[in-house]
Amino acid sequence: MSLSRRHLFTLSGGIAATAGLAACGSNTGRTDTAAPAASSAAAALPSVSVWYHKYGEDGVEQALKKWAAEYTKAKVSVNWVAADYEKTAAAALLTSSGPDVFEWGTGPSLDMIQAKQVVDVTDIVGAAKADFTPTVMKRLTFQDKIWAVPQTVDMHLLYYRKSLLTKAGLQPPKTIDELIAAANALKTKDMGGFFAGNDGGLGVLGSFIIWAAGLEQISADGKSAGFNTGALYDAVAKFKTLFDAPGMLKSASTDWYDATPFINGETAMQWAGLWDMTKVQAAHQDDFGVIPFPAIGSGGRQVVPFGAYSACVSAKAKDVDAAKAYVKAIWVDDDAKQIEFSNAFGTHIPAKPKLFAQASKVASGAGADAAKFVTDFGHIDDILWTPASGTAYSTALSNVVKSGKDAQTEFTAAADKVAAELKRVTG
Amino acid sequence: MTTAQAAPTASGRLRRTPTRPGNALARSRNRWFWAFVTPFLAGLMVFVYIPIAWSLYLSFFDARNTVTPTKFVGLGNYAYLLSDQLFLNSMGTFIVFALVIVPLTFACSLGLALLLHKIPVMQAFFRSAFFLPTACSYVVASMVWRMSFFNGARFGMFNTGLRGLGLDPVNWLEGGSNYWYWVVLVSLRLWLQVGFYMVLFIAGLNAIDPQVYEAAAIDGARGFNVFRSITLPLLRATSIAVAMLLLINAFQAFDEFYNTLNTVRGYPPYARPPLVYVYLISFGEGSQDLGIGSAGTMILTMVILVFSLVQSRILSIGADK
Repeated sequence: MSLSRRHLFTLSGGIAATAGLAACGSNTGRTDTAAPAASSAAAALPSVSVWYHKYGEDGVEQALKKWAAEYTKAKVSVNWVAADYEKTAAAALLTSSGPDVFEWGTGPSLDMIQAKQVVDVTDIVGAAKADFTPTVMKRLTFQDKIWAVPQTVDMHLLYYRKSLLTKAGLQPPKTIDELIAAANALKTKDMGGFFAGNDGGLGVLGSFIIWAAGLEQISADGKSAGFNTGALYDAVAKFKTLFDAPGMLKSASTDWYDATPFINGETAMQWAGLWDMTKVQAAHQDDFGVIPFPAIGSGGRQVVPFGAYSACVSAKAKDVDAAKAYVKAIWVDDDAKQIEFSNAFGTHIPAKPKLFAQASKVASGAGADAAKFVTDFGHIDDILWTPASGTAYSTALSNVVKSGKDAQTEFTAAADKVAAELKRVTG
Repeated sequence: MTTAQAAPTASGRLRRTPTRPGNALARSRNRWFWAFVTPFLAGLMVFVYIPIAWSLYLSFFDARNTVTPTKFVGLGNYAYLLSDQLFLNSMGTFIVFALVIVPLTFACSLGLALLLHKIPVMQAFFRSAFFLPTACSYVVASMVWRMSFFNGARFGMFNTGLRGLGLDPVNWLEGGSNYWYWVVLVSLRLWLQVGFYMVLFIAGLNAIDPQVYEAAAIDGARGFNVFRSITLPLLRATSIAVAMLLLINAFQAFDEFYNTLNTVRGYPPYARPPLVYVYLISFGEGSQDLGIGSAGTMILTMVILVFSLVQSRILSIGADK
């Protein structure tokens, strides 16, 4: 079950995991036509087929189908892909029977843009570009064109128990040293200090070390790796200290993307997703807070990785203009739908910051903190960061942290690989 | 009528008359041949040969997110993979795996076959019992191995046993410098495939003429000598086939690795056989790098071919004597 996705984030992992687990084997690939009974007028309308992955939260499917049915300028059908969305959609996009509009983790991949599978949507975003979260729009823009419209924003967060930190006389950690100290201080016989997955956090936190150390995955000129410096070697050494710390919990009842260990009291702090917040709130009420991943080293900064499922328009759409018009109507023009999406199912952040105040779940408390983090500390995989680059980096990281190999040798090899990848995909 | 038919030459009559009923038979045989073979041939063409040929074609192109590429790169994709240290490392992983799993499965299935071959009671039951795991899917078995038997938490089945013996629980799939994951992967594959090869060996053993054994007994051959001088040489054909199938299967290892070790955030950097690595870089996270993927499968096919030829050559030395 491969659940993360290229270039999107990362966080898709949690959402998709929930979806995937709930949906094993139930994908019929059937298209549910949400349009109302055909009338003679409907027959003349263009048709638009829209594909979504299965969201874990109840009600999303009904809402999306209702919106499709209510749209009057085209006959919109919704295909709710219950399992293995990306493989299904990617394969369908090669054919003439693929989707007209489809969502993709934080916009289409570089390969999709270069293979001309998606069309430029700069015109339908228009002046509204300024309304969307800048960090999200930056990722959706490639060579000065906008390639998708953000639907909703999701993210990872570090959850902590306020009462436990207060009792230990500690502040919420802003640096990795503080996190290590807090994890060790909060650890008890029955409770771990910090949990970030059953692999000790290597999988989920690994790629954030680059950003937390103040570096970037790819250099500014887009020709080489941006991470292969002494600052990274030091940051990884620091991360190894966290990895080996007694307060680091390395096995729990679920993996990081599910906050159950934090809710059950298996751990005092956990790396998890915004999608867990509703559940955490129900269990701990106000006795919890959220913070970004802490800064590492003198040039470091706090980091939150985000993802935003975004609507893309297929270049093979039967009626490209009708497809674009639908995307514009739902995700650019209609703020009420953004608010509904953020309020009605789980916790999501509207893609437009001006709507935060109306989105009840992110208007105050931990939700409001989270929403602010996306703008202030948000990072996402570079569009040029290919699976081969990610694989090379994570291999180097694991070799250094787990097997104690030399950081400079390992990361230089990974950086060479990244440079070769950049040459291959942009050359 | 007769005069009209007599008109052709003698040689013509000779050719036609006797073959007329044969022709009809041949035609009808032909028809049935094609009736039965066509569907399979068509299936083979559409689902096997055309994709292989297409894959070969794609391997010479920069084919990202397209099956009709236009950017020809020659041997670029091959060079890319062969200069990729991680791809070469994955070959190393395969060799370690094959060196363990091929002889181990071979020995275990042959051993089981020898034990069951002459068993006087409940032979059918034992054969079925050992054969049954073959019917289990790799994915299902991987899940059972990962979540139940070799769960790294202290309540995992083997860890419960270890704790009962006063030992520390083992984090089986941790990786890094912890190599216990090989126990998980090897035991899983062994369990799944040993029964199948056992059946092949039993068939081979049954084909050996009992008179050979009787003759050997009269000449005074006993125990291991009989096995070494009669059973093994006469099983040569079966052994070569089994060894080759085992090697090819080991090369194609994917399911149990992927389903045992993959996590939400991706596949860990250890225990990555070539197919898993090629899959990760060409289809990872929703991408479709068909050029690199195809080049990877072509390289693997060539390696399997070479290994198989070398192996069968080595194993069949002296076979004709």
